[in-house]
Amino acid sequence: METALAGLVGLFLTVAIYLILSRALIRVLLGVLVLGNAVNLLIFVAGRLTAATPPIVPSGAEVITGPFANPLPQALILTAIVIGFAMFAFLIVLALRAYESTDADDTDHMRLSEPEGEPRPPLEY
Amino acid sequence: MEHTTPLADWLVILPVLLCIAGGAILLMLRRVARLQMWLCVATLLLVLLCDGVLFQRVLDTGPLAMTMGNWPAPFGITFAADVMGAGFALVAAFAALSVVIYMQGDTPDTAIRDGVYPLILLLMAGVSGAFLTGDLFNLYVWFEVMLIASFGLMALAGNPLQLDGAVKYGILNVLATALFLAALGLLYGLLGTLNMADIIGKSATADVAPLTAIAALFVLAFGAKAAMFPVNSWLPASYHAPPAAISALIGGLLTKVGVYALLRTLAMLMPAAHDLLAPVILIAAIATAILGPFSAIAETNLRRAIGFLLIGGVGIALLPLGKDQSFAILGAVSYVPNAILTITALYLVAGLVERATGEFDTRRMRGLYASNSLISALFLVMVLAVSGVPPLLGFWPKLLLLQGFIGESDWVSVFTVLFNALLTLIAGSRLWSHIFWRGTAERGAVPARPIAATVLLVGTIIGLGLSPNLFIKAAQIAGADLLHPARYIAAVRLSP
Repeated sequence: METALAGLVGLFLTVAIYLILSRALIRVLLGVLVLGNAVNLLIFVAGRLTAATPPIVPSGAEVITGPFANPLPQALILTAIVIGFAMFAFLIVLALRAYESTDADDTDHMRLSEPEGEPRPPLEY
Repeated sequence: MEHTTPLADWLVILPVLLCIAGGAILLMLRRVARLQMWLCVATLLLVLLCDGVLFQRVLDTGPLAMTMGNWPAPFGITFAADVMGAGFALVAAFAALSVVIYMQGDTPDTAIRDGVYPLILLLMAGVSGAFLTGDLFNLYVWFEVMLIASFGLMALAGNPLQLDGAVKYGILNVLATALFLAALGLLYGLLGTLNMADIIGKSATADVAPLTAIAALFVLAFGAKAAMFPVNSWLPASYHAPPAAISALIGGLLTKVGVYALLRTLAMLMPAAHDLLAPVILIAAIATAILGPFSAIAETNLRRAIGFLLIGGVGIALLPLGKDQSFAILGAVSYVPNAILTITALYLVAGLVERATGEFDTRRMRGLYASNSLISALFLVMVLAVSGVPPLLGFWPKLLLLQGFIGESDWVSVFTVLFNALLTLIAGSRLWSHIFWRGTAERGAVPARPIAATVLLVGTIIGLGLSPNLFIKAAQIAGADLLHPARYIAAVRLSP
């Protein structure tokens, strides 16, 4: 199971990197989304997969006996999903605003902050 | 054994709590524009006070830690302040305070209505949290808090230039944070813990090969945050786009948090993995330190040029990581607060220049010396400070670095520090003579508050440069704690 999920993480990462290398902004954003999921899955696999009981202490007992699922990776992933969702929501609105005001969704045409063909800096004082 | 946190130890989370509470209150008072600035200043003053007391305390009695919910240490989320973290937080709060005072005469009402002040407080919550946390996943959370606040600040005015810069800044930084998250997930898989004090103990006995791979991922992620070559092209594309005060805040603080995270993870948490990576970091740091000021020489947009000088400084701060267990690390620890103050002040002075001339490009700025000699003096002092000319603050970290490198006969690093200083001086004096010494022109006046804030910051840089004893002493303690973290581990009180 670990091997299969690790392979899936690799596949997600491949897709994400392919999309992020694109010049079209919307593809880059989709790549960021896939990358976030790849990382979440990675944490899940790295936290070990066990076919076990939920990590709940039975009533009357002090500790759980027997194997139990590791709750920590799930807490980490939940946090990361929430944060990642907020980031993605912001970025997609930002990209939309940038598309509206610069009329470009292609990074080759988004050169306002780094203008091309500027004259050389002055050589004399 | 039952252990309750002494009231005084709550100090370690107060800077973060105050910033978040202040941000929330300011958001509720969004429509009361007059109050915003004063409440923001008041919050930052309180934060500064807390940071100051905290710094004094860790300087006197060693690191201070507190674990949330009174859980035993590796299980709860730990906040831990050592001299490095508390010192950086103190300097960051001071820089933010100067920026907020500067903004008084320089911020349109629309920006206040859109919540520029709450965003600044949230940014400070992220920065303080990153400096004070003792848990790697918590560090990730503070990075994200910092990031979302900086996105808001970057895109606030919403003109095409800013949106363009914010898109590049946003995507690159989200990528870097995703890599950071992946690295800490793998580290958890390897060590089974994310508590920093616990990681120090466990990474010493862990398998070096996977640990080094994880450390490499950390270097890439934090390197991109810190604007280390070759993953720094997002910085000159975005940092000059927002208003000067926002540039100063983001440029002064955010890359330094990346440098801090690199120092923390590599020198303290994973020294075993650091061995193999050191040559890579050395090459990247040298390239960063040399290419930054070279680009600044060829740049005519004033704030972009300062961005390149910032990048050069990051290279210098990362140089000691190019060698394992280097004594020069205390130079890096002292370089970061210097860079926070210097870069913030430089951006603020650039804002004054832009305000007086109404131009962003140095080719069209001229003759400011005749009409505003105070700004030209401030700019000149900052050029000298950023190059590390004595007796300004920038001199001392470079002296500590050089002492360390010469002691280890590391002549490549010695040459890099000196060459970087020379190039920075050339770039800075070129900018100065282009802006101030060519031709004459009638220029507008600049309001008093921005000038007062800049003078305050520049005065601090001069003052600290003239009496650097406390600064150097703190750097020595912080560097020693970073390389030999026994006191830090003891403060966290790991349960066996």
